[in-house]
Amino acid sequence: MKEYTFFPGCSSEHNASAANMENSIQSMCRILGIQLNEIDDWNCCSASIGYAGGGQLPRMAMSARNFALAQKQKGNTDLVATCAACWLSMRETNERIEEEPRIKQDINTALAEAGLSYDGHIKTRHMVEVLIEDIGWETLQSKVTKPLTGLKAAGYVGCQTNRPFGVCGDSYENPLYLDKMIEATGATAVPFPMKVACCGGALMFSETEKACVLTKQILQSAVDNGAEVIITPCPVCQLNLEVYQGMINKTLGTNFNIPILYYSQLFVLAWGGSWQDAALHQQVIPAEPLRRFA
Amino acid sequence: MEPKKIGCYICTGCGIGDALDLKALKAIASKEQKIPVVKDHALLCGAEGVAMIQKDLDEGAVNAVIIAACSHREKSAEFRFDIDLMDRVDLRDKCLWVQDVKDGDETAEEDRQMMAEDYLRLGSIKIKKMNVPDPFLHSEGSKDVLVVGGGLAGLTAARDIAKAGYQAVLVEKSDVLGGKMNAMFKVTPDNKPPYRDLADNFIGSLISEVEADNRIKIFKNATVTKTSGQPGQFDLIIKNATSTKEVRVGSIVVTTGFDLYDPTKLPSSLGYGASPDVVTSAEFEKMAKEGKIVRKSDGQPAKRVAFALCAGQRDKEHLDYCSGACCIYSMKQALYVIDQYGADASTYLVYQEIRTPGQMEDFYRKVQEEGGVFIKGDVTAVAGNPKGGVVVKVNDHLIRAHESLDVDLLVLATGMVSTVDTLDPNSPSPVGTGRDELPGSILNLQYRQGPSLPRLGTNDFPDSHFICFPYETRRTGIYVAGPARRPMGIAATMTDASGAALKAIQAVEAVALGVGVHPRSGDLSFPSYRAEGCTQCKRCTEECPFGAINEDDKGNPLFNPARCRRCSTCMGACPQKIISFANYSVDMISTMIKEIEIPEEDEEKPRILVFACTNDAVPALDMMGRLRSPISPYIRIIPLRCMGSLSLVWIADAMSKGFDGVLLMGCRHGDNYQCHNVRGSALAEIRLSKVSETLQRLKLESNRVKMVEVNIMDAETLPGVIGDFVEQISNLNPNPYKGF
Amino acid sequence: MAYDLSFAKDVYNKSEMGHWIKMCMQCGVCAGSCPLRAHWQHSPRQLFQMVRAGKRDEVLKSSDMWMCTSCYNCIVRCPRELPITHIIHGLARYAETEKAVDPMQPTRRFAVEVFWKNITATGRVGEAMLTMRLYFQDGIGAGIQRGLEMRDSALGMLKTRRLNPIPFRGKIKGYDGFTKMLAKAAELEAKLENKA
Ligand code: SF4
Ligand code: SF4
Ligand code: SF4
Ligand code: SF4
Ligand code: SF4
Ligand code: SF4
Repeated sequence: MKEYTFFPGCSSEHNASAANMENSIQSMCRILGIQLNEIDDWNCCSASIGYAGGGQLPRMAMSARNFALAQKQKGNTDLVATCAACWLSMRETNERIEEEPRIKQDINTALAEAGLSYDGHIKTRHMVEVLIEDIGWETLQSKVTKPLTGLKAAGYVGCQTNRPFGVCGDSYENPLYLDKMIEATGATAVPFPMKVACCGGALMFSETEKACVLTKQILQSAVDNGAEVIITPCPVCQLNLEVYQGMINKTLGTNFNIPILYYSQLFVLAWGGSWQDAALHQQVIPAEPLRRFA
Repeated sequence: MEPKKIGCYICTGCGIGDALDLKALKAIASKEQKIPVVKDHALLCGAEGVAMIQKDLDEGAVNAVIIAACSHREKSAEFRFDIDLMDRVDLRDKCLWVQDVKDGDETAEEDRQMMAEDYLRLGSIKIKKMNVPDPFLHSEGSKDVLVVGGGLAGLTAARDIAKAGYQAVLVEKSDVLGGKMNAMFKVTPDNKPPYRDLADNFIGSLISEVEADNRIKIFKNATVTKTSGQPGQFDLIIKNATSTKEVRVGSIVVTTGFDLYDPTKLPSSLGYGASPDVVTSAEFEKMAKEGKIVRKSDGQPAKRVAFALCAGQRDKEHLDYCSGACCIYSMKQALYVIDQYGADASTYLVYQEIRTPGQMEDFYRKVQEEGGVFIKGDVTAVAGNPKGGVVVKVNDHLIRAHESLDVDLLVLATGMVSTVDTLDPNSPSPVGTGRDELPGSILNLQYRQGPSLPRLGTNDFPDSHFICFPYETRRTGIYVAGPARRPMGIAATMTDASGAALKAIQAVEAVALGVGVHPRSGDLSFPSYRAEGCTQCKRCTEECPFGAINEDDKGNPLFNPARCRRCSTCMGACPQKIISFANYSVDMISTMIKEIEIPEEDEEKPRILVFACTNDAVPALDMMGRLRSPISPYIRIIPLRCMGSLSLVWIADAMSKGFDGVLLMGCRHGDNYQCHNVRGSALAEIRLSKVSETLQRLKLESNRVKMVEVNIMDAETLPGVIGDFVEQISNLNPNPYKGF
Repeated sequence: MAYDLSFAKDVYNKSEMGHWIKMCMQCGVCAGSCPLRAHWQHSPRQLFQMVRAGKRDEVLKSSDMWMCTSCYNCIVRCPRELPITHIIHGLARYAETEKAVDPMQPTRRFAVEVFWKNITATGRVGEAMLTMRLYFQDGIGAGIQRGLEMRDSALGMLKTRRLNPIPFRGKIKGYDGFTKMLAKAAELEAKLENKA
């Protein structure tokens, strides 16, 4: 049994937008024998847009508080995040605390107000890194009992799982790990030139029309390349691509109806998990192309 | 020399044996070409095959070898025998590999066999016509090296020559060594990691090192007033105010450095002269060295300083080229200001592009870190500021705005100009008599083609192919280094000087052995002429790209073999066909042409002769073979030493023999020439323009002969080039001279 | 005065990662990397040069920084390794603290008025509340309008249990300490200067 400290992040909460990710990841970890120990009383990571209201120190203090709680509760065990934005802001905070004495000092002065302290040394990892590095490709493949043969999937890596840190040294411009994951389930990864294009991120809320144009290009490319589903590791991407499809169809004259799934959902199904285990009932655009494997 | 005993060794490996009729090939060699020893082996390049050849050599059965196998560029290490005469016949790369023969296609098989047989004939003729060259030796040669100019480059070259164990003669026209370096405050860390911090000027210690070295003879206040002879025996006259000395050296390094462009010639928009607060970088360097970075107008501290980079450089009206070092020295000068005034300093560098040769990108970063502000744009106007300093109008390309910049000083980064007297490169024509005096000439060469060094293209620097053959001027044994060669900074100058010093040493050693220096290093052959046939037409003395040939009083050529690069241009130039090498001649190629079998007209098998330059075209043809690109089976390739050797008589020979067309593959010529011998292919083209006369005389169409430029990288496009020509020829009637 | 360095020095010292702006060599790679580049009036590199040219107002009032989607494309491509994304975020924040930015700039409004308030109110994002605030920031009418546009999606989210029907969420347990911590951090932030 592998154990990790777990930071689910706001969108993975019960009844939150990435509940399907959270539920399928829990199923995935059950099958793999991974235990995720959630940090008690964690707070928001401040996400990618927190800089504007929070600046540097308040923004980083939020992540630092989570680290401090983690250290107190679970020691320096590796911390796993499932959301790209959480992973990114926590890694960034940890790096700056470890590298900049001034930041470390200020952050700890602030943490002290909450009766906490943090001196670095917790490694923040993305769930996909755990799969690739700790579980390994062989195991991921060997667990498959219901290969998704014939399923055509576009692996959409997006931005923040990919940049600036990257996953396991994969390329920024053409990362291959997600395609490899798709192929590991027996499905086919279609060529997908937009795999690292931006979905608009948080600007989907404030600059919806502009962001929809970006999202439309991504959807179009997936469809043009014959994908039946799009697979992503990122809850922001998932949300933007799925929930705004209706609006894009309406405003940009398209006719998309393509399910947007998490890699974890694909794994759970291929590993013999149920529709429910894979949280496939939680798709706003129903995962019809997967019905044939259920 | 003992009589030639030729052995022909045919390899049947690499598919040769399967594709070709070995018996027929052997019959060509022994019966037709009368070669006494003819053998074959299934893997000639293997130990056994090589041993077979070596045995025949050891036993004295053979002393000249034909290897009929792959291209001469393959397996050269294996086929390295201690003999004077050897030739390779390429049955594989340029024959087998470029012939697409389908199973059972007998015509194609026959065509391929004919091609192989012709190539074997060519090799046989070639070796029969080759003689062993005697080296050109001279008993009173010198191995000393003259260095002209005692600045950074000259000092470095002289020091390195001495360190390598040779004697150097250093001539400096002023009364001090060190040149422009003496005026420098600090130097950039061009060759010292981490390439960020300014270093103290080191020229003093280099001067002492050179002055203390007794292998270096120094002449100050002196110039070279005459240089005659050739490598190994250059005779100099070195003069100073009171005395004249005659000195013999083996080779020469020119390190006369640069002058700065005259700032008064700059466009008025740059403001030189508009205010005392507009200075050149040289003037600014002096101010910094004296510790006075102040406004010239009123002596107030100059804390805000702008630098106009490319002040005249890269401007067609002024200097057409990049001066290489001014971006860096301007950055260095910005650091002077920052070092002196700390947080109060504001420095602005207005640039076109920033150029950071060598490791200088790290230095650029450092200057940015220190707060230097870089503005891509132009200085459009400069006016004195009544409050002191100047107002500089800048067109900032980055923010697309015209702004005015108030500064205490504007520094103009002017560029470097040549100090070497040069000749027009495109004039092969009579420039001198070989006895001219050109006042102020760096060397005053007593060369038929004039006292100066040929220059490169339109600028004033001596020709020296910057990629393939740096330092080598078009005068063998004479090298240029440092900013005398092209503008450059400190590190590059020192590397350059070391490189040129080594070249100069290589030259004296090669000359002492009587072999070619470069590019045909080690070549023993050199041209000679048959005096009785000479009409004093002077073509050879004018066309030699390297000025190797002088003239005697009667106008006969006087060959200077040590100046010669063995390019064979003179051979092709001579209308009397009387210039030849022991192992390469007009007659040799003519005989080869005549030996090729021409099928009867009714067989409908045309023949096209290809003359290919060995330097670029032949390797490209070999690579075409590697790519297995099929070409017409009617092609026959004869490699030439250089297109410069092209004799028009060969075209006439080919036509009267019945070839339907002749294709010539030479290197690119003109401004960005790639010809190893600089003018070889250019001269061939000029000669060819007269070929229509020959063709007219024979009543043949002028488009039967065509010259193309071929680059070593052209393997992929060559089949198309050849294909087009073959098509063009097949649209014509067959050459009526077939069978005559 | 053009190229007066006082603004540049402020940015170098106070704006997040601002000191890196010195190091830009104006290659333009960042400009070509922005997903919303069509909507940037000045590309990142231009903003950087404007900082160096002393264009305080043009930079701080610009909406360019607010067009950053945080895609991190530029950051991994910059040959000079400038942390461009953070610099852009820093300039946005600096404009905010200097009160130079138009308060109605949509992303500024969302990020500062909606998002930051939302997360600091309880310690975590309340997505339903966030959405409501976002929709109703321009008044009830506009809110209903936007809500209607997204009605199907919202219903879908509710149906699949990915949206909490109750917009109010509880505070984290350590909320008191959390708030004090943020207050302290904000106080220190005002004194924070870049290391270089
Ligand atoms: S490489 Fe050349 S010599 Fe060796 S077997 Fe092939 S053709 Fe013969
Ligand atoms: S080195 Fe720089 S300043 Fe000098 S000519 Fe070249 S580009 Fe211009
Ligand atoms: S072979 Fe070339 S270099 Fe030598 S004399 Fe003839 S033309 Fe000049
Ligand atoms: S080219 Fe031939 S004929 Fe003319 S001068 Fe030279 S050697 Fe004599
Ligand atoms: S990519 Fe980097 S160096 Fe290039 S313009 Fe942008 S910030 Fe400057
Ligand atoms: S991170 Fe921001 S500034 Fe950089 S490319 Fe993406 S949107 Fe543009």
